[in-house]
Amino acid sequence: MAKMNMVQALNLALRQEMEKDDRVVLLGEDIGVDGGVFRVTDGLLDKFGPQRVLDTPLAESAIAGMSIGMAVYGLRPVCEMQFSGFSYYALHQMEAHASRMRARSQGRYTVPMVLRAPYGGGVRALEHHSESREIYWAHTPGLKMVIPSTPRLARALLVSAIRDPDPVVFYEPKAVYRAFREEVPEEEETFPLGKSRVARPGGDLTLISYGASLMPTLEAATELSEKDGVECEVIDLLSLSPLDDRLFIESVKKTGRAVVVHEAHATFGAGAEVIARIVEKALLYLEAPVRRATGFDVVIPLYQREQDYLPGVHRITKAVRETLAF
Amino acid sequence: MPIREIDLPNRVKYLSILDQEGQVDEALDPRLSEELLLRLYRGMVLARRFDERMLIMQRQGKIGTFAPIKGQEAQVGAAAALEENDWIVPSFREAPVEIWRGKPMESILLYYSGYSEGGEIREGLNMLPVSVPVGSQMSHAVGIGFGMKYRGQKSVAATFFGDGATSQGDFHEALNFASVYQVPVVFICQNNHWAISLPRGRQTNSATLAQKALAYDMAAVQVDGNDVLAVYSAVKEAVDRGRGGGGPTLIEMVTYRLSMHTTADDPKKYRSEQEVAEWESRDPITRFEKYLTNRGVLDEQQVRSITQEIKAQISQAEQRWQEAAQKRIDPLGMFEHAYAELTPALRDQREMLKKELEDKK
Repeated sequence: MAKMNMVQALNLALRQEMEKDDRVVLLGEDIGVDGGVFRVTDGLLDKFGPQRVLDTPLAESAIAGMSIGMAVYGLRPVCEMQFSGFSYYALHQMEAHASRMRARSQGRYTVPMVLRAPYGGGVRALEHHSESREIYWAHTPGLKMVIPSTPRLARALLVSAIRDPDPVVFYEPKAVYRAFREEVPEEEETFPLGKSRVARPGGDLTLISYGASLMPTLEAATELSEKDGVECEVIDLLSLSPLDDRLFIESVKKTGRAVVVHEAHATFGAGAEVIARIVEKALLYLEAPVRRATGFDVVIPLYQREQDYLPGVHRITKAVRETLAF
Repeated sequence: MPIREIDLPNRVKYLSILDQEGQVDEALDPRLSEELLLRLYRGMVLARRFDERMLIMQRQGKIGTFAPIKGQEAQVGAAAALEENDWIVPSFREAPVEIWRGKPMESILLYYSGYSEGGEIREGLNMLPVSVPVGSQMSHAVGIGFGMKYRGQKSVAATFFGDGATSQGDFHEALNFASVYQVPVVFICQNNHWAISLPRGRQTNSATLAQKALAYDMAAVQVDGNDVLAVYSAVKEAVDRGRGGGGPTLIEMVTYRLSMHTTADDPKKYRSEQEVAEWESRDPITRFEKYLTNRGVLDEQQVRSITQEIKAQISQAEQRWQEAAQKRIDPLGMFEHAYAELTPALRDQREMLKKELEDKK
């Protein structure tokens, strides 16, 4: 098995799906000749040609709208938003049309498309390049919302997203893109959308996170184990929509304590939904209030302050220790 | 020479074939078969009568808000220039086109009386559902056109929108993409002069809407949108261009909304009755009827029998709508077609509503 970073793993998923299925077409800004600003689509133009790898004009709404038309016609478009901060131009297309086409046409037309976008902070980028606003998409019925956390899962989830019959918004944590390598099998691998996983087993407290925040969450769990002898179970959500609450509910029933971690803003963030599910399904198992270690409710600051904004190991371990001490 | 004229490849022509008196320009006459001429006439009259019937039904509270099409019936000429394999991407004032393509009138009534089932589209109809957010559907036609080109199909995608839509960024994005990829798309702008209360002159400072295509090096034509022969000819030419690999076209149909924006609107608030009266004298049906009568294709007796047939057709559709509306009231239907498969949360929510409904019994 080859060791790959997330960028290479995503490239593998796209290449193999394109080889397998001529309905798969890529479109986006600078994805062809340039291979994408993060090189996720590197080499694919040479391999598949300009009919299947489209360098588009700079207009996110039309990229999404054109993808919708392609998908209705029977293709499997995978479009790239160069940064999630620019994807809101496409939010209207995804909300007004991609998410509703199946229902509006009573099942006659479907929109099996994937909208990929790098998201999140931590890479010292410009303004509008560091947001974590996944909840816009997750709050929209008819869309699916997926955020992988490791190279191998990113590859498997992207393959599943491309094959999914419904529109999928696929957020790629750019802080993870080149952060580490993982063995990724050459042979086909999928991972079902709407399923979470246990990223680290433990019995004292449940940490629930996803995407880029999984890295500091796992680091915090290691530190707590080494310094405090506390074993946290870490749940990696992977899909925000459909949200799989089975694993974290089971875990909370076992541990009685939970902390939710995400770099998105706290208020109405994914953590709010996770905690609501815990309250609905496991209230009587709780031994302490459920805490959140998240980004603050301010626009993510420019990079001199972004590490202070992001929920790092300190914020997470503090929330865990307070929850345990309750 | 530091200053020179830039020679742009396209110009905007204006096309009119049938004048207000029903006189045809012999050189431009598309010479349609009598059968097609009568079908066009029938399509326009049916659209007018159905629109009138819907307005009455709306006022009686039988159906909800809808967008009347009165005055814009010549759009059937556009539908007639398309073939079955060509796709239609409508906005919300294209009931005449939808009916021409084969959407049952009872289905339109179901949609506007609040039944999602009215969105049903027969397999192979190749027409997207009504799109309400103004200007948002044009890029879908670009994607469909791309698919046709990708698959080597000799078909085109035609998309409809109004004058208001041309102010949306999505309109310009769609035109630009269509031109860059040279896809077989026909952009049909029904310039009916009013985007609710904003007149055409204040929607854009451009002399025509068609000229906006020039910025994208796209073929463009402005036509008398109340002249069904001109509409047919312009769309046919654009369709042939698209099929032949000649890329997209923008067509501006200059027409007029004789009725309200929707049934919730009162046009007296923003436009004069005199202006409406002027446009009533340019009625697309009256002039076509004159033309057909002069040509001997249509006589009074035929007009009467067509009128009777249409009346019966509409009342049968209304009957079918009533029957369907009575049957289709399962609230749980809202969970159908959300996703290919219900998510766990949706299964729970569906179950919750089911119990709620049982409690209410």
